[in-house]
Amino acid sequence: MESEQLLAQLLYQYQDQPGGLLPLLHAVQADFGYIPADAVPPIARAMQLSAAEVEGVISFYHDFRRQPAGRHTLHICRAESCQAAGGEALVAHLQARLGIEPGQSSADGELTVESVYCLGNCACSPALRIGDATHARVDIARLDALLDSLLESAS
Amino acid sequence: MSVRYFVPADTTAIAVGADDVAQALAAALETRGEYGRIVRNGSRGAFWLEPLLEIEQHGRRVGFGPLSAAEVDAIVALPPEAREQHPLFLGDVEALPWFAAQRRLTFARAGLGDPLSLDDYLLRRGFDALERALEMAPEEIVQAIDDSGLRGRGGAAFPAGIKWRTVMDTPAGQKYIVCNADEGDSGTFADRLLLEADPYQLLEGMAIAGLAVGADTGYIYLRSEYPRAREVLRVALAKAEAAGYLGSNLAGSQRSFRIHLRIGAGAYICGEETALLESLEGRRGMVRAKPPLPAHQGLFGRPTLVHNVLTLAAATTVIADGAQAYAALGEGRSRGTLSVQLAGNVRRGGLVEVPFGVTLRQLLEDFGGGTRSGRPLRAVQAGGPLGAYLPESLWDTPLDYEALAAVGGMLGHGGLVLFDDSVDMARQARFAMAFCTEESCGKCTPCRIGAVRGTELLDRVIAREAPHSELALLEELCDTMEQASLCAMGGMTPAPVRSALAHFPEDFA
Ligand SMILES: Cc1cc2nc3c(=O)[nH]c(=O)nc-3n(C[C@H](O)[C@H](O)[C@H](O)COP(=O)(O)O)c2cc1C
Ligand code: SF4
Ligand code: FES
Repeated sequence: MESEQLLAQLLYQYQDQPGGLLPLLHAVQADFGYIPADAVPPIARAMQLSAAEVEGVISFYHDFRRQPAGRHTLHICRAESCQAAGGEALVAHLQARLGIEPGQSSADGELTVESVYCLGNCACSPALRIGDATHARVDIARLDALLDSLLESAS
Repeated sequence: MSVRYFVPADTTAIAVGADDVAQALAAALETRGEYGRIVRNGSRGAFWLEPLLEIEQHGRRVGFGPLSAAEVDAIVALPPEAREQHPLFLGDVEALPWFAAQRRLTFARAGLGDPLSLDDYLLRRGFDALERALEMAPEEIVQAIDDSGLRGRGGAAFPAGIKWRTVMDTPAGQKYIVCNADEGDSGTFADRLLLEADPYQLLEGMAIAGLAVGADTGYIYLRSEYPRAREVLRVALAKAEAAGYLGSNLAGSQRSFRIHLRIGAGAYICGEETALLESLEGRRGMVRAKPPLPAHQGLFGRPTLVHNVLTLAAATTVIADGAQAYAALGEGRSRGTLSVQLAGNVRRGGLVEVPFGVTLRQLLEDFGGGTRSGRPLRAVQAGGPLGAYLPESLWDTPLDYEALAAVGGMLGHGGLVLFDDSVDMARQARFAMAFCTEESCGKCTPCRIGAVRGTELLDRVIAREAPHSELALLEELCDTMEQASLCAMGGMTPAPVRSALAHFPEDFA
């Protein structure tokens, strides 16, 4: 009920904005953590689009999620500058320690790992982001420390 | 005597600990009962020195870095005359050879003051160019851009003057200025640095472009991976509007210019200008066929001037200093300054602004100082994921658009990514194809299918399952992608692949 009201508010806010679908989807995801399937028909109606068109837009962009993410999201940079500075060793370490690959969430729902292609920190590669906090010049010891404090705060 | 302390609030500076340094600084000042003002400036772009702390006292500004929070208290405790003895003392940062050898125009203000302070901006010639432009006829502004020789800094290097004139010459009516701040290329961060360190310069450049071509509305399309730049821009837009530098009465002129900020959603292809326009209109970022050019039918079908952040920023320099001064710098048909970004496995990474024409080797060695790992430098990728890998034999090439193109390279947005000798070039070639698979908009077959085939083929090469003859197939595939793709995503993905094959064949054997 509450979430329906929230959605209605967002639709009202964005429906008259030219090209407002992306800002609307961003706002929905910011509030709900993902784009719920049952939000698509009302979004389509408000923006005067077909549900298929809205689905098409959601699936085109990497940022939009159809499922909730874990409590924390770790974006690890996979692009060339970070590759050159040892970034793929961090990916391997994440896989070894957590047993998940980029694109997956840990079984307890604590952490989702996603690939990202450049965070603009390439002068201090490798880089990753946890929530909105970016870390650069990351080595395996630093990654472990970050994971420790993250997963500790969870328990 | 008042003391000012500067600790950058830039994404990369924070990512290596600047917030911790600022906190330690506040604590140190408090426990010592010392008065001092902490300014969270933008970064100067010398990221190898971040976190950098600068102390300004008695008219002298000296730096310490790269610093950890634990070292702050001891530095604050030093009497001014003893500072020089500290092992991390840098002196006047601008006197370091790394800075002294640069020619900063676009990045002249970066890192000097509080990026959001309009007073700081005005103090450093902010809005001078806008005031001038308000006294010029549109034709005069466009002529100045044309005479300066300024070319697009986003990658395609198209002469800006021609685009401005085209949009100016379309019939009056709704027109748009669109700033491309999608900065998707790995190894680049110049747009981000500028947006976080000197945001008003971009807003000023957009307003000037609006006056010149007759547009009263601008959009900034910023990638979602830059949350801090977004926050800085949001505040800068509000403050500029409140102070009358944007809005319905531009600097008291009765002319109007407004800017909307839009956020991307993690699609590399949306940096391509027509895909960007589709995205701004709320659709999938599918590349449009040209013609029509965006200058004729762009955003919402209206004439639109699309430029990279750095191109619009450079317009302020051209108008403030004059076209001749700008054109006096550079080499051949590349005029003015180039903002190089040193990245990857590099010792002194950061933003180096120099006139076009310096050699690659000067940048890699003199500025970059070689690899951070200390191992031999083996390959450099210039110009982002669609740019070639260049071996040492090509490092004496001067950096201008034509000279680099002549050796099969591309300057793109100015990113240089350094790789040491542990790199496997077959894997880098595979990544180029895989990235194209991931990021292709899917509109044309050579790109959509070609990249998948290319990835599979290179997988077999890497697994040593492919007979050497299959490399000929790879070349054919590259031919097809180059010749039949609608845009440079499919059309230039072969560049890193082919350069890896041509210059590092031993990695494919
Ligand atoms: C795949 C692809 C990605 C691009 N990404 C960017 C980008 O992130 N930023 C940018 O300014 N230009 C990018 N461009 C170039 C734009 O299409 C366009 O040329 C540019 O925005 C024009 O501005 P300029 O004249 O100031 O360079 C890209 C082009 C292609 C083909
Ligand atoms: S080359 Fe690739 S990205 Fe460009 S239009 Fe074709 S499918 Fe889209
Ligand atoms: S490539 Fe990783 S931050 Fe740019």
